Amino acid sequence: MALRMLVGDRAKYLGIVVALAFTSFVMIQQPATFLGILRHTYGFITDIGIGDVWVMDPKAKHLDDVKPMMDSELQRVRGIQGVDWAMPLYKGGIRARLDSGDFVQCQMIGIDETTLIGGPGRMVLGRLADLRQADGIIVDTASAASRLAVAQGTGTRPMTIGDSIELNDHRAQVVGTAISSSNFQSMPTVYTTYARVKTFLSSERKLLSFVLVGVKDGTDPQAVADAIRRSTGLAAYTTEGFIDRSLKHFLGNTGMILNFAMSAGMGFLIGAFIAGQTFYNFTNDNLRHFGVMKAMGAGSAMLVRMILVQALYLGLAGFGLGAGAGAAMGFNLARVDPHLVFRMPWQLIAVGGAAALSVVVVAALLAIRKVVRLEPAQVFKA
Amino acid sequence: MSGPILRCQGLTKTYGKGETAVPALRGVDFQADAGEVVMLVGPSGCGKTTLLSVLAGVLDGDGGAVQVLGHDLFALSGAEKTRLRRHGIGFVFQSFNLVPTLSVMENVAVPLLIQGEKRSRALDMARAALDPVGLADKAKMLPGQLSGGQQQRVAIARAIVHAPPLIVCDEPTSALDHRTGEQVVGLLRDLARQRNCCLLVVTHDSRIFPFADRIAEMDDGRVVAIRQNTGN
Repeated sequence: MALRMLVGDRAKYLGIVVALAFTSFVMIQQPATFLGILRHTYGFITDIGIGDVWVMDPKAKHLDDVKPMMDSELQRVRGIQGVDWAMPLYKGGIRARLDSGDFVQCQMIGIDETTLIGGPGRMVLGRLADLRQADGIIVDTASAASRLAVAQGTGTRPMTIGDSIELNDHRAQVVGTAISSSNFQSMPTVYTTYARVKTFLSSERKLLSFVLVGVKDGTDPQAVADAIRRSTGLAAYTTEGFIDRSLKHFLGNTGMILNFAMSAGMGFLIGAFIAGQTFYNFTNDNLRHFGVMKAMGAGSAMLVRMILVQALYLGLAGFGLGAGAGAAMGFNLARVDPHLVFRMPWQLIAVGGAAALSVVVVAALLAIRKVVRLEPAQVFKA
Repeated sequence: MSGPILRCQGLTKTYGKGETAVPALRGVDFQADAGEVVMLVGPSGCGKTTLLSVLAGVLDGDGGAVQVLGHDLFALSGAEKTRLRRHGIGFVFQSFNLVPTLSVMENVAVPLLIQGEKRSRALDMARAALDPVGLADKAKMLPGQLSGGQQQRVAIARAIVHAPPLIVCDEPTSALDHRTGEQVVGLLRDLARQRNCCLLVVTHDSRIFPFADRIAEMDDGRVVAIRQNTGN
């Protein structure tokens, strides 16, 4: 009966659902985009997926704040108790010259040639081991199809195995493409070996950006990180700690969180006001009918249940539509342009759902107060 | 149930307090029996609707004694009065008070759903209740698609669907033209008699007085005369 009363008033019903859908859309889409952008700040770390401790220059504040170290630091780290293995990692910028003559600023990652630790997790074309071929590089798939695309006739085609580019006046041959998380500057990512970085950047004296450490079985990564810090004077963080540090730096030093929070907050407030007001008005309009039911013997508990059922139904319908539309838009856009990263963890859905439900529950509670106080005798007034 | 359906003695009710107090009932003595059609008549503000509200258990009286369907209303808790209304009383209102978004059949089923009847059975019973009021073919329509007279007949079906021993009606003809009003009250009276239930009607429409068994005239918060209608 409660739902029939609700959906029967189609204009108001749709009005509330659309307002709630809008609220949920903004509540989901904006934070999901925000989380996606945040992933740029640590995506490189999670992409590697191996290693327990990251070692770096003590002045480095986050993943993109690279302060190169001497190669000798690698040996010092390897000598620390609890370290199972330690591999060099280069991360820095380099200018690439395409066949077309265009220059593109790229992010270059240099990984250990023997173990290939630090390479991309998912290859699309070629094999990671092909990186050992002469002048071999692996480029990220998204950039291969966009900024590194090769001119062909009047159009372009994705860069693929066998194509070559110039890196700092040195020829580099593409031996594979891989999935790689976008970086914060949306630069193409080029993987090569650490040894070859020295060829591409021969003028650089210090190239060691990070030392990636695996700890021995049964050893606490945090304890090893502490030991490295004490013994070498370098900064050392567990993988989670480094992600956390990079995230905190961006959150604390950019206005991103405030901007996104304002967008989501404004959307929530506007949608909440419209949806709440419309639902409250809907219940108010039905006050007379609730009074009639009360006169006919419906208890307050039954009427409260009816209003809550209406509120929950509206909340779920509005949230489902809004969150669904937000997710569809986000994921579809991200598919079209891989730089538009969209993350929708269950926690975000839970928070968005709770927010949408809170809107209708608050409106319902305000309406319930009136219904509970309603005197059934009022129905005899014309 | 033996004895009268309704009985009140020395019933008083005052609205407000202190200097703003307005006495609405000043000691009403009144009784109505099963199968009887009683009309409460009188000028505006004489206390008809207040008396109806107290007897229907939707308004508390202040003093005196009220017995409805064998229950002392002053001794009943709020929940017990709600239960009494749910099972014992049918309501017909001046402005029909049908839910516009529910179909005719669903509106009639409301008292049964309030009683906790299953929806499918409630709708079956509602459809059956529409038959005697001549609206079985309009079961799936919305109230807004019906005329005023038809809407009041839906309200009558709603009032009888759960077979209550008492039906209270507040000005049931005031929103209807004369001819439709007579038809509606005639229908109400016939259905009440068939079911041996007591029909208590508040009205100021003298054209429907002939349908009453007894007419209780009220003035200034009291029942000042009770006329027996002969030839009815």
